[in-house]
Amino acid sequence: MEKFTTHTGIAMPLTRSAVDTDQIIPAVYLKRVTKTGFEDALFASWRQDPEFVLNQPAYAGASVLVTGPDFGTGSSREHAVWALRDYGFRVVLSPKFADIFRGNAGKQGLVTGVISEADVEALWAAIAANPGSEMTVDLTARTARLGDLRVAFDIDDYTRWRLLEGLDDIGLTLRNEDKIAQFEARREAWRPRTLPVR
Amino acid sequence: MTSDIAIPDRPRTLAEKLWDDHLVVKGANGEPDLIYIDLHLLHEVTSPQAFDGLRTEGRPVRRLDLTIATEDHNTPTLDIDKPIADLTSRTQIETLRRNADEFGVRLHSLGDKEQGIVHVVGPQLGLTMPGITVVCGDSHTSTHGAFGSMAFGIGTSEVEHVLATQTLPLKPFKTMAITVEGELKPGVTAKDVVLAIIAKIGANGGQGYVLEFRGSAIRSLSMEGRMTICNMSIEAGARAGMVAPDETTFAYVKGRPHAPTGQDWEDAVAYWRTLPSDEGAVYDAEVFLNADELEPFVTWGTNPGQGVSLSQTVPDPASFSDPNERAAAERALEYMDLKAGTPLKDVTVDAVFMGSCTNSRIEDLRAFASIVDGRTKAENVRVMVVPGSARVRLEAEAEGLDKVFTDFGAEWRFAGCSMCLGMNPDQLAPGERCASTSNRNFEGRQGKGGRTHLVSPLVAAATAVLGRLASPSDLARFDSPAARSTTGIGA
Ligand code: SF4
Repeated sequence: MEKFTTHTGIAMPLTRSAVDTDQIIPAVYLKRVTKTGFEDALFASWRQDPEFVLNQPAYAGASVLVTGPDFGTGSSREHAVWALRDYGFRVVLSPKFADIFRGNAGKQGLVTGVISEADVEALWAAIAANPGSEMTVDLTARTARLGDLRVAFDIDDYTRWRLLEGLDDIGLTLRNEDKIAQFEARREAWRPRTLPVR
Repeated sequence: MTSDIAIPDRPRTLAEKLWDDHLVVKGANGEPDLIYIDLHLLHEVTSPQAFDGLRTEGRPVRRLDLTIATEDHNTPTLDIDKPIADLTSRTQIETLRRNADEFGVRLHSLGDKEQGIVHVVGPQLGLTMPGITVVCGDSHTSTHGAFGSMAFGIGTSEVEHVLATQTLPLKPFKTMAITVEGELKPGVTAKDVVLAIIAKIGANGGQGYVLEFRGSAIRSLSMEGRMTICNMSIEAGARAGMVAPDETTFAYVKGRPHAPTGQDWEDAVAYWRTLPSDEGAVYDAEVFLNADELEPFVTWGTNPGQGVSLSQTVPDPASFSDPNERAAAERALEYMDLKAGTPLKDVTVDAVFMGSCTNSRIEDLRAFASIVDGRTKAENVRVMVVPGSARVRLEAEAEGLDKVFTDFGAEWRFAGCSMCLGMNPDQLAPGERCASTSNRNFEGRQGKGGRTHLVSPLVAAATAVLGRLASPSDLARFDSPAARSTTGIGA
């Protein structure tokens, strides 16, 4: 997982609340056998509408999503995070996230910043006034800046630390690599080995 | 094993000993422990995204020599030389083949002598042994606990974690002792014991626990029987099941392809003898069962806890005092199309499935054969016998069991999960009723609208003969074993 300190990219407004995981990625896409390549599945049904914000040229290549409260509710599917990540989003800002979605996001390097409802409105207005403008998200300072507008966001210390250090669950465990190697060095010879076949 | 992790100086259970011996890092202030995994089994359903995760992060498989894969859930049991028709099934299998090839994982593919249900393959190769930790992205990994190992199912993210690190962050489980004392009556098998245990503690009664099966009745079981019991621990909601290793275990492991040899064998056995729970070790919960009282068992409902002795009647939902259980029983009877008060032996079936990781090892097939040998199946049933692995199939054929099955009128298939979950074409039609030696009787498990009665291989066999739920003792009235034995297997 890549380290995240600051990120600058096009901000896209999704002016809805309670966007559930079925909207983020419909169930039919769960049959796939990969953990990547879900960019085409993001908001799949809404995308049928040419007017949908994701289809507007101004937001091509957007990487910061600004959305209403209760984002990511519904099923626990990790695919919702994969779809956002694969499309290119690095940050989602919302007044409230579903817990499981938030947990999954933290493990995959997607920043979920909690901002006030007033700030969401202000950001939406600023983006609408200037579609395609860039936002800078500073995880160290927990702030997001769009032109003159500067908002503070919340993210718990542990998740923030993981993101700053670029540690997924496996990365975390591998911080104990020396301990694992020591354990392996003292494992008994009788323990099973699948290779070589004899 | 020497390490800087302090081993508590008090009597410990088998599960605690295994835990302590696999501690890589002891979690401080509420964090999970980091546990080393000795053996990682893979199959096509739960591994694809794990491999893809490794690929994205550029990580290799840490210990290819502790990892092995087989194809089982989606594999057809007929025409195994033809391309797999179902697209999703084929994609999953082809993906596993590609991943195994790319990462260098040993894989036993369809058509290979060692292919089969992952929980049959591990023990048969001698990879499953006492004193080790075993994981697989499959809940019935608990099967391997029969050897006195710590074995449990994991999710796909955990599969990726083990592939990359050969460890798992885990919180200790609670322990429950299930003591079965006494002697089983003839015709009563391990399957009946475990169904009775689940009926007693409930389909969620084991939640959060590792179950340790003990007592004279468990000690007298073969390894196959112990595997059947540990296999179904998960149906009581438990994380794992285990049986302390003893001479029966050592004899089963010895000489298998991956069993230790020479000095390694001596060292291993010396260590394995230290594993049984210490005198005075404390369990978080205890359950007792009297083996003498047990009879052939059968489920009447849609969870494995809804079972009774085969000689009884379908229970009346009103007899359950717990309102949730009552409601569940009402729903189950409706789905199963059964009336309270009906003797279970009056229930006719359309199909008999002899297979699954619960009961598809050679001993299970021999038990089934001992009943059907020289007989003809009832006209109203279709009977499918599916060996747990390609090797079991070969062994059975060498003993002439295939001939016994086909003469009886059963279909003799290739190895795999088959109708245990119907991911391949082996499914029940809506409304069909099946006596099945598998482990789950959930709604639609064996095919949409299918109705499942979980039974032992002996009950499955007697049921196939009579076309209705029956135990071997019901057959004696119809003919005598001596008059019909053609292979000398006997009843
Ligand atoms: S036989 Fe059934 S329970 Fe066993 S691994 Fe296969 S699908 Fe799962």
